[in-house]
Amino acid sequence: MTMKQLSVYVENKPGTLAEITGILGENGIDMCALSVADTERYGILRLIVNNPQKAEDALKAAGFKVSLTDVIAIAVSHKPGGLAGALKYVAQAGVTVEYMYAFVSPKADTAYVILRVQDNEKAIAALQQGGIPIVCGEEVYGK
Amino acid sequence: MERYWNPVETAPLHELRALQSLRLSQTVRHVYEHVPFYRKKFDEMGIKPEDIQSIDDISKLPFTYKQDLRDNYPYGLFAVPVEDLVRIHASSGTTGKQTVVGYTQNDIDIWGNCCGRALTAAGGDASDFVHVSYGYGLFTGGLGLHAGAEEIHATVIPVSSGNTKRQIQIFKDFGSTILCCTPSYALFLGESLREMGIDKSEISLKAGVFGAEPWSEEMRHKIEELLGIKAYDIYGLSEVMGPGVAFECSEQTGMHVNEDHFYPEIIDPDTGEVLPEGEVGELVFTCITKEALPLIRYRTRDIASLSREKCSCGRTLIKMKKPSGRTDDMLIIRGVNVFPSQVEAVLLELGDTAPHYMLIVDRVDNLDTLEIQVEMKEDMEFDAVRLVEETEAKIKAAVASTLGISAKVTLLPPKSLARSEGKAVHVIDKRKI
Repeated sequence: MTMKQLSVYVENKPGTLAEITGILGENGIDMCALSVADTERYGILRLIVNNPQKAEDALKAAGFKVSLTDVIAIAVSHKPGGLAGALKYVAQAGVTVEYMYAFVSPKADTAYVILRVQDNEKAIAALQQGGIPIVCGEEVYGK
Repeated sequence: MERYWNPVETAPLHELRALQSLRLSQTVRHVYEHVPFYRKKFDEMGIKPEDIQSIDDISKLPFTYKQDLRDNYPYGLFAVPVEDLVRIHASSGTTGKQTVVGYTQNDIDIWGNCCGRALTAAGGDASDFVHVSYGYGLFTGGLGLHAGAEEIHATVIPVSSGNTKRQIQIFKDFGSTILCCTPSYALFLGESLREMGIDKSEISLKAGVFGAEPWSEEMRHKIEELLGIKAYDIYGLSEVMGPGVAFECSEQTGMHVNEDHFYPEIIDPDTGEVLPEGEVGELVFTCITKEALPLIRYRTRDIASLSREKCSCGRTLIKMKKPSGRTDDMLIIRGVNVFPSQVEAVLLELGDTAPHYMLIVDRVDNLDTLEIQVEMKEDMEFDAVRLVEETEAKIKAAVASTLGISAKVTLLPPKSLARSEGKAVHVIDKRKI
């Protein structure tokens, strides 16, 4: 029920993001969502791509610190309170959210949210019980 | 008028040499009889205690290395039964184990006398308030100068290190006249004084005795200007005794070695050959009066030179130049001895990182800083900032508890540190001392 997120350690120096996205482009990798955590010294680039394994191999070959992280993707209704309605189930289950990011789906009334939580199984069970749709790779990539 | 604490400081050379010869032969007998390590070494080399009659015979004796202290950890090189010991001190060793040193009451008394000579040379007497900001504890700095101040019947203010505002408050309120600490901390205190808007005329300091780390003439002038004092250098190492092995006089062109207790030699670190006076090499000391831990020809790894040129202060004790470097990779950071191998041992023990690291040493606002850059393991999870920060905090805590020094820890991606083709480079020292 989880999907793979590509995580890349990005040193704070000019051109690093351009280099990473360039490599992904050359390898025909399509990005459908991304988020960056930035600290004083480094950033962490998190990507949802159509071919995570290929993307990981390409970036590793170029010398980047990359890993695939299991995350949960959920579909929530694109209206006020839509996300809150889903997150309350995660909260009720006592699961901590490390980080999350959202993007709008091609279906106009739905938004996708990527959740990185401390306990995937517990969060998935809680979300399913609350009737929140958990989406799989193809649906998110949209192709 | 120059004052001396002990008449030996101005003794004629022939008297000094006679004293050294006598003491060396006694010490050699003492260690031969009481330290199996030395008995074995002497036997292997065919040396009998009676072969050592004069101080000139010292070159027949074997060297002692820091490794020997480690191999005989903790008390294996002690030459007296435990009931004669009154004190233990320790300093960081090259790996996890500390270097342990012991003292009899007589050793402590001699130590106090040596530090008393240093304080007297810095103009100290019974009317002074000696403010000791060296750390008290296993480190020899605090208690060594403390003993020296008591020796000359001055009033000791045993502040120990840290809490700069309180130190300055004590300067003002208690009337400290002589400050003892590391030179970098003296500089920091001077800067802090200025930042707090206190004029140096509001404090009574007149002199400082600074050691335990390298410092330059520029630093001396800066400290003297900021605190309104005369700054004196002091040298020592716990294996030999602690601070007070050598001390500076008013001439400030080197430190007089208390050679009636610690016989100095300069050797070629590669061949072990004794070098003539004036040449630069590794400083070696033999403790000729110590009872508990009389080390024979101890290799300090400090690079210096000796000179018997006549000194304007009237002391005849030989002078050593301020050490200009080390023959090993030891770093002195805020007065604490740090070997890269100690940091490596901590990293390996934790096992959270790859075995590739770099120590970046710098001096920011007059205080030494240490940054440990270390590579992440290939499989380390890093997608949340918390995961990286937790690992860094764990290493920081382990380094603080093992080495007693605060460091900034920076995780780097794998393969980001340059790989050396020859001997690995683990230190970048950016300090301009």
